[in-house]
Amino acid sequence: MIRIRVRTTAGSGGSAPGAGRPGGSAGSAGSAGAAGAAGPADSGAGFEFSFDGLPVRALPGQSIAAALWAAGVLSWRTTRLNGRPRGAFCGIGSCYDCLASVNGAPNNRACLVPARPGDTVTTQEGNGRAWLQE
Amino acid sequence: MPGSRSEARAPAGGRAATGLAVVGAGPAGLAAAVTAADHGLDVTVVDAAAAPGGQYFRSPPEELAAVRPGAAPRGQRGFDDLLTRLTAHRATGRVRYLSGHHVWTAARTGDDWALHTVTGQAGEGGPMVLTRRILLATGAYERQLPFPGWTIPGVVGAAGAQAMLKSGLVLPGRRVVVAGSGPLLQAVAVSLVQAGARVPALVEAAGYGGYARAPRVLAANPAKLTEGLRHGAALARAGVRVMSHSAVTAVHGADRVEAVTVSRVDRDWRPVPGSGRTLVCDALAVGHGLTPQLELAVEIGCDTTVRADGSPALRLDERLRTSVGGVWAAGEPGGIGGVGLALVEGELAAHAVAAEVRGGPLRETAGRVRSLLRARRAQRAFAELMGAVHRPGPGWRDWADDDTEVCRCEEVTAGRIRTAVTELGASDARTVKLFTRAGMGWCQGRTCGFAVHELARSDSDGARAPTPDRRMPACPVLLSALAGEDTTADPEEVAGASETPGAAEPGGNGGNRLP
Repeated sequence: MIRIRVRTTAGSGGSAPGAGRPGGSAGSAGSAGAAGAAGPADSGAGFEFSFDGLPVRALPGQSIAAALWAAGVLSWRTTRLNGRPRGAFCGIGSCYDCLASVNGAPNNRACLVPARPGDTVTTQEGNGRAWLQE
Repeated sequence: MPGSRSEARAPAGGRAATGLAVVGAGPAGLAAAVTAADHGLDVTVVDAAAAPGGQYFRSPPEELAAVRPGAAPRGQRGFDDLLTRLTAHRATGRVRYLSGHHVWTAARTGDDWALHTVTGQAGEGGPMVLTRRILLATGAYERQLPFPGWTIPGVVGAAGAQAMLKSGLVLPGRRVVVAGSGPLLQAVAVSLVQAGARVPALVEAAGYGGYARAPRVLAANPAKLTEGLRHGAALARAGVRVMSHSAVTAVHGADRVEAVTVSRVDRDWRPVPGSGRTLVCDALAVGHGLTPQLELAVEIGCDTTVRADGSPALRLDERLRTSVGGVWAAGEPGGIGGVGLALVEGELAAHAVAAEVRGGPLRETAGRVRSLLRARRAQRAFAELMGAVHRPGPGWRDWADDDTEVCRCEEVTAGRIRTAVTELGASDARTVKLFTRAGMGWCQGRTCGFAVHELARSDSDGARAPTPDRRMPACPVLLSALAGEDTTADPEEVAGASETPGAAEPGGNGGNRLP
């Protein structure tokens, strides 16, 4: 049997970096990336992108959602009506729960979009188009 | 598609009488594509993912696999063989392969079908594929039932947890409860344990004893029995407690999972009062089997039927023909049956297409077709048994209190749906949607569709089939891509238009509603 080792989220006792607060901005607590248990590949390969202003490490080819999970972040969207936090749910691009703003563009399915070095990922609040309603 | 837009928008595909377009490159689609190419057909494969394999043979991108290899799924050798054959056929031009493209609609044009595609996250217009025949191998996604707390971050689909593990090598937590119903849960729990998670419990709402109702079906599917026993042994070794006739009926935690309540359920899946106990965990992987992905098939007009699992699937004949001429289907769209059945049906459907192209049964493959038909019958019988054993009992509706969100996109609660049914007279999912917006959001009812149907029907309806709505387009499409389809606009102009923000959301009026 092959055992693979993966990084896990902060889990019990960890703070919840990036967990959205109703009506507020996510990522206000803690440092994204600090909570992830170190994995064997942390040392060499990989790159950084930013999530709500904090650095997150990703491995080449990882989706934004996978990199955020590895950093202990489980939510990166707040819902349109109740402002509740959401993150990856179906993992295959069919539920649209994991929408994030990537480099300013809302409605990216984080479970499908590969993370790229230097990406700016932000919690998507509501429909992500507040600028249309001003 | 920078720099190649005008080329990319040109029609592609086997417009010849020998043309076949295969939609989906999972096990069924791949088996179909290489078999049809072996027969000399001109095959175009359109797949939404970057790499072939579908959900079952989903693997990390090459860069990631090089850094940290994962465990290969069962059947990997057969899949590698299909990939080798695919590569050979692509080299000769017998198979054209469009990765990263999603078919959003198909329209008749004379004797041919025009498949309209989009590509990229935003849904930019892709090439149109003109083809004489279509083989739908669109696979499935997970079926979900709502319960209090299922929207809290850390609750993920069981198949979703596995997909994230396969493709991204990550886990949602350290201590993950696996719950729901169906044999997939065993595979998910084993994968999570192998990846280093603690899985304190596997919570199954049905009972495995249900399989004993059909000893002959089991005897005809020894591989399924072996797989179940192997998983059971692996779970026992890993210290995973298997709790059957039980369900997670609540998740606790504010912005993150902290614990779940596990309750015993009766044979109708109704929670037994006072049986709830709390299990500490930091994630929940939950799912109630899979449901066929039928958007494109329904849009084309293919008839559906309800399977033993309670979900709609395509009505197919022994030659895997749908009710629409020139359209075949293989694998999960005909009813959830797993990877083995998908491989059998993909190959079988391709033989059937080839026979039609040549104007009669093919002598050289007659023996093979007979053995495939036998395998299909045995495996379909098992699939129906599996569906019946794990079909959600009507009592699951007691899990969802009035505050439980059913539609995750539009944030519609069970209470509002119940009001629509009891006070406004809605008796089907479509009417509920019109009253409440349940199923009208981004995912177009993929996640809540089954639950809304179940909440809307009365018990006297019995097993009345949920008939899926026609919902064009089958995926989000940029307005510029829609505009580009029917005009002869200068490609440069179309390319410019696609940069305008504002994607058309599925269902037109669903997504961009202003408050």
